[in-house]
Amino acid sequence: MSIRNRLVAALAVCLVAVGATAAYLVVARDSQQRAAQAAQAPATAAVAAVESVPRIVFRHVAPGQEHGQVALVPLGDPTGRRAITAMSCDRVYASGTRTLCLTPSAVASVFETQVHTRGEPTVVAPLSGTPSRARLSGDGKLVATTSFVAGDSYDVEGFSTRTVIRPTDGAARVELEAFRLLHHGKVIRPADRNYWGVTFAGDGDTFFVTVAFDEQTWLARGSLRSATVTTQRPDAECPSLSPDGRRVAYKKLQGRDPGDWRIAVLDLASGRETVLAEDRSVDDQVEWLDDHRILYAMPRDDGTPGLLGSDVWVVPDDGSGTPQVLIKDASSPAVVR
Amino acid sequence: MYMTERPRRVAEPRPEAPGTRRGRRVGRTVILLGLVSLLTDVSSEAVSAVLPLYLTAVLGLSPLAFGFIDGLYHGVSALVRIAGGWLADRADRPKWVASLGYGLSALSKIALIAAQGLGAVTAVITADRLGKGLRTAPRDALIAASSPQASLGRAFGVHRALDTTGAAIGPLLAFAILWFVPGDYRAVFIASLAAAVMGLAILLLLVPDLRPRREAGAGAAPLNPPSLRLLADRRFGRLVLAAGVLSVLTISDGFLYLALQQRDDLAAAWFPLLFVGTNLVYLALAVPLGRLSDRLGRAPVMVGGHLLLVAAYLCAAGPVGGLAATLTCLFFLGAFYAATDGVLAALASTLVRTEVRASGIATVQTVVATARFASSLGFGLLWVWLGRGPAVYAVAAALALAVPCAWWLLRGVERARNTERHQAGAAS
Repeated sequence: MSIRNRLVAALAVCLVAVGATAAYLVVARDSQQRAAQAAQAPATAAVAAVESVPRIVFRHVAPGQEHGQVALVPLGDPTGRRAITAMSCDRVYASGTRTLCLTPSAVASVFETQVHTRGEPTVVAPLSGTPSRARLSGDGKLVATTSFVAGDSYDVEGFSTRTVIRPTDGAARVELEAFRLLHHGKVIRPADRNYWGVTFAGDGDTFFVTVAFDEQTWLARGSLRSATVTTQRPDAECPSLSPDGRRVAYKKLQGRDPGDWRIAVLDLASGRETVLAEDRSVDDQVEWLDDHRILYAMPRDDGTPGLLGSDVWVVPDDGSGTPQVLIKDASSPAVVR
Repeated sequence: MYMTERPRRVAEPRPEAPGTRRGRRVGRTVILLGLVSLLTDVSSEAVSAVLPLYLTAVLGLSPLAFGFIDGLYHGVSALVRIAGGWLADRADRPKWVASLGYGLSALSKIALIAAQGLGAVTAVITADRLGKGLRTAPRDALIAASSPQASLGRAFGVHRALDTTGAAIGPLLAFAILWFVPGDYRAVFIASLAAAVMGLAILLLLVPDLRPRREAGAGAAPLNPPSLRLLADRRFGRLVLAAGVLSVLTISDGFLYLALQQRDDLAAAWFPLLFVGTNLVYLALAVPLGRLSDRLGRAPVMVGGHLLLVAAYLCAAGPVGGLAATLTCLFFLGAFYAATDGVLAALASTLVRTEVRASGIATVQTVVATARFASSLGFGLLWVWLGRGPAVYAVAAALALAVPCAWWLLRGVERARNTERHQAGAAS
């Protein structure tokens, strides 16, 4: 082939490549917009009516203009109409009058933590990495966030999670990696330790968290005042304490492949662990609907290219019953009592 | 004796337009290879930028899965590099081996579009890494084969500048796509495949199929097929040792950015974009420092470049953060890459015989990569033991001591080679 033919051939390949990609982008965007128009907008109730009663706060993920915005349903009528607020978050949690929102900032790939308190200015802080878990304490005084801090290429040597607990009264934040780690009675400092998924007890000091090192996850109990974290039992991730503080729910691998979790509930007094009736993999930090039922988000593939739907499901905490959908097109549930 | 010093081309079928001046053709091949690298880097960096988001938001994986994927790369990469260099030398066809590597990476992007679940993503990333290991040394051998000896530094500088431009564009493209079609990661993977295919097409269709061993032997006694014994040269051995010692005292970029991020909130918020700063400096300084290495000698610039790294460490180790300290650290880091990456390849090219050039480059690159991997393991432990600041100071001090040692090791290493070549040239 002469050089001119080769040049033409190379140019042709480039045009086809760029053209096909551009065509895909246009078609994908068009189909997303069409799905948004065709989707039945769920009837919305006034936000003000719902935000002062016990409610479930969640992320509304139905395709459409309001995808990704925070929505509310009253606790007494969770399957009914939802009130969609103007706040847009990747991960949301709420407690009392406070809403914690992890969301992209104005710059691409950079995220921030927003703490909204009704009647007060919003407090914004930078979040390093991509959002993973968010929790507030029951009284709204403590904020916990977990984010992935990964390297900038496939060489994720610098990878870690960063879990930060920040009091809302402006006192200094703490990074869990700086806490003392007690394991079987001894202080250890493994180089590869990572923390994620904080859940607060009601006393403003105790919390539960996942700590992982040497490729093993552990449920751990921590104390803010003594800056200590103590491992409790292995193979437990993303714990969530029940409202009465007597049980903690988490996800377990139990020897399955990574990424294939089941939810289990541990009775703290008796040490008995019960695996729940949901037999699909659950990757979420679960939330307690009340002292006997667990809420979690479950993805749903409804055919829209690249976009997974999600629903919030409910299941009893004693291993009985069958899981049911509680809120359609929802994720990141938080119950405000 | 070397191809580029012979003005006459033996009648070989060449896809060159008649009347092309040698000078222009040499520059064109380097630029074409630079374009190939640019497009391939756009392809892989676009995927890398969204991979954490994709793995967690869409596939629902956990942090542990990341560590698992990561561990696979390094061992695989080292083996494949040497194999790639050796194959390119033995067959005397660096273009073919490089094409194999680029092709493998392009294929892996196809698989990524269909991949679901941890196993599939792992396979895709491994294949992409295999491709990258396979092609790096043959591609550098192509650059060396198509540039005059005296301007190798500039040639590699041009290539690295184009390469880094691709690495800077990739993530920007990925986020632009995600803004245009929110949540559609498949669109990013399709764009990545398109860029990889374009790079491959340019390589296959436009880059000449240089045969370094055949051309070096043309007109004189044909060179023998390469044997690895030809690498056992004292000067080359000194380079490998010096490069290894310097590399084992480096801190990986990931750790350095983590150090910056932990020090102040500003760096923490901008963490995902810190590497963009480094890349911009690298891009800007690659050609000037490459030309400097042609004038002053490649060994001095390569070894001296590690002092820039020491400066970067000092900026990151201090207790006080702030915009100035962070930006200065990124500047020194980018300048370090500009002074060492391409210059090391240029230096390695000049210290080995033509028939084992790809193997020689592969050996040096493997030693550097393995040393860096070992150092990142060790540095993690050092960080935990001493804390961020003292650990970085310790490595900076060790590296500052190693630089004069490396300097002494590489003293006169290029001059001796030049002398030898002149004698060989005079004799033939």
